[in-house]
Amino acid sequence: MGLDIRIPIGLMFSIIGLMLSLYGAIAGHDIYQRSLGFNVNLIWGLVLLACGVLTLLATRRSAKRNS
Amino acid sequence: MNLTAIDWAIMLVYLFFVLGIGFALKRFVKSSSDFFLAGRSLPAWVCGLAFLSANLGAQEVIGMAASGAKYGIATSHFYWIGAVPAMVFVGIFMMPFYYGSRARSVPEYLRLRFDEKTRGINAVSFATMTVFSSGVSMYAMAKLIEVLHILDRPFAALGWPHSWMMHVSIIISALVVLAYIFLGGLTSAIYNEVLQFFLIVAGFLPLVLLGLRNIGGWTGLKQQLPVAFTHSWRGMGHANTNPLGVEAFGLMMGLGFVLSFGYWCTDFLVVQRAMAADSMSAARRTPLIAALPKMLFPFLVILPGMVAIALPTPAASQGASIHASALQSTGRGLIPAKVDEETGGPKLDSNGKPVLDYDLAIPNMLLHYFPTGILGLGLTALLASFMSGMAGNVTAFNTVWTCDIYQSYINKKASDQHYLWMGRMATIGGIILSVMAAYAATRFNNIMDFLQLIFAFVNAPLFATFLIGMFWKRATGHGAFFGLLSGTAAAALHHGLSLPNGAVVGIKGGWIHPVYSYPSEMAQNFWTAIWAFVACLAVSVVISLLTEPRPEEELVGLVYSMTPKPAPENDISWYQRPVPLGCMVLSLAFILNVVFW
Repeated sequence: MGLDIRIPIGLMFSIIGLMLSLYGAIAGHDIYQRSLGFNVNLIWGLVLLACGVLTLLATRRSAKRNS
Repeated sequence: MNLTAIDWAIMLVYLFFVLGIGFALKRFVKSSSDFFLAGRSLPAWVCGLAFLSANLGAQEVIGMAASGAKYGIATSHFYWIGAVPAMVFVGIFMMPFYYGSRARSVPEYLRLRFDEKTRGINAVSFATMTVFSSGVSMYAMAKLIEVLHILDRPFAALGWPHSWMMHVSIIISALVVLAYIFLGGLTSAIYNEVLQFFLIVAGFLPLVLLGLRNIGGWTGLKQQLPVAFTHSWRGMGHANTNPLGVEAFGLMMGLGFVLSFGYWCTDFLVVQRAMAADSMSAARRTPLIAALPKMLFPFLVILPGMVAIALPTPAASQGASIHASALQSTGRGLIPAKVDEETGGPKLDSNGKPVLDYDLAIPNMLLHYFPTGILGLGLTALLASFMSGMAGNVTAFNTVWTCDIYQSYINKKASDQHYLWMGRMATIGGIILSVMAAYAATRFNNIMDFLQLIFAFVNAPLFATFLIGMFWKRATGHGAFFGLLSGTAAAALHHGLSLPNGAVVGIKGGWIHPVYSYPSEMAQNFWTAIWAFVACLAVSVVISLLTEPRPEEELVGLVYSMTPKPAPENDISWYQRPVPLGCMVLSLAFILNVVFW
């Protein structure tokens, strides 16, 4: 089917990851008592961002190889 | 609970992508085969993740965490004894007939192998069941939105009355699922299921990590819980010595064989995902690929439930939770007691102990550990799981309705474009019926319990029919049909004559006359399935032997002994071939059973 599913997945995780990590970087730190003191927004946001970007890169590489 | 702009933004990003996939795929849907079978063009890993995700409805995520809190790690039997071996079996042994026969649906396979009446009974009962399942998903989701106060703020801002919340939740979820299936058909549903799979992992993994860290890892969890909660096999020798109330034979035969094989090998909802694969070898790999993450799902959905029951109940000042005040007095861990609607106090069982509302394990864990931001992600993951469950049912419904009911009984000779149109209309119809089912569930909870019981009776014997159909060329259509009826009758009879300990005669059993009592409802369910299976098998065999067999040449591609073995697949590496992959999956499941013995 014409659309490679990895593109929307990669894009969505990059966007959500970026939003979470930015929010984690700028918002106040008093909300992290719940998450045992970890800035989960920043940490998990960066993890998702990395996964999203890697997915997009892998998709581009395999598209290049096929063409 | 305070949702802020960031939480909303994450939910909206998710909705944007879900709908965007539907719109992007619209131009690729040109024929009915594109709509119902995704043009048989998807790679194995996509089908595999969708195979897994279509089953990840509300019952799975919320229900498995609830069982984790109630029974502990023994809940993993649903995965390591139940799902995984069945998934390996369907991939290696059954997929060649489903995919190879070119049937578009499971009922259509029954028509090719047996006869019209066997197809008819399966198609009608299956179509009805999908509508009710997706209705239950919708209802559970609307209820959760209400309990979690997700829509409270927007409602306050818009000045809408609180009583509309249920309607708005049901209508919005129905419209979203309708839009993406209507536009892109099965491809769209499958693509969204893959997206939802990753989202569920992304939303729940941090929850598990935080929960485990808080409680001191697996060791800490073991110290907080009774021994039986952290060992999946200990005490399984006898029904009275383990939390499930089932003995090993009932577990392995009832759950491990009849129920799991019946679901994973014959339920069109999951089999449809494999039928969309781009080749026979990809179709056979689909359930095997799905089995790998499936095996690890207990860590994602059962562990949070166990942590929820093991944690000390937090003081009211610490973090938010649902029914916080009830939790303080009568709850355990993060799990509050159910509220008695008459007295307003906690609901008590016959021993005067509070009845815990285990279904709140996951929602309360999310509220306990997630600050705003990642809370939006966690809630989105939860909503995604409801939607994927709903969409799986709706795509299965539109295919069975169009191919097995409309095309075979109502309009046999229309153009392909007409059936494509009918598929889209059936999507709308399926959604409308689901909404009606959701409302039926809100008004008459007993009706839903009753229907699920009937479906359990109808489903219990199905696997026997497929087993003799695929592996015994002498089996006939009359044998299959009357076998199915007798299996259903045997299930109903067994249920009417037995009762779980402590239950009241009625919907739980014993409605003919309680003769036998089981230590738990689960044991009764497993044995109902075993009796149904045996009755169906026996009657099918006897009637088949008494009736005229079909000529052997008609059974090529439909029965094991009449089908040429697939050519060795030299173009793919050894680990992609079904048999080595299946062995690998089974060994991993075996290791997990040993580790958590």
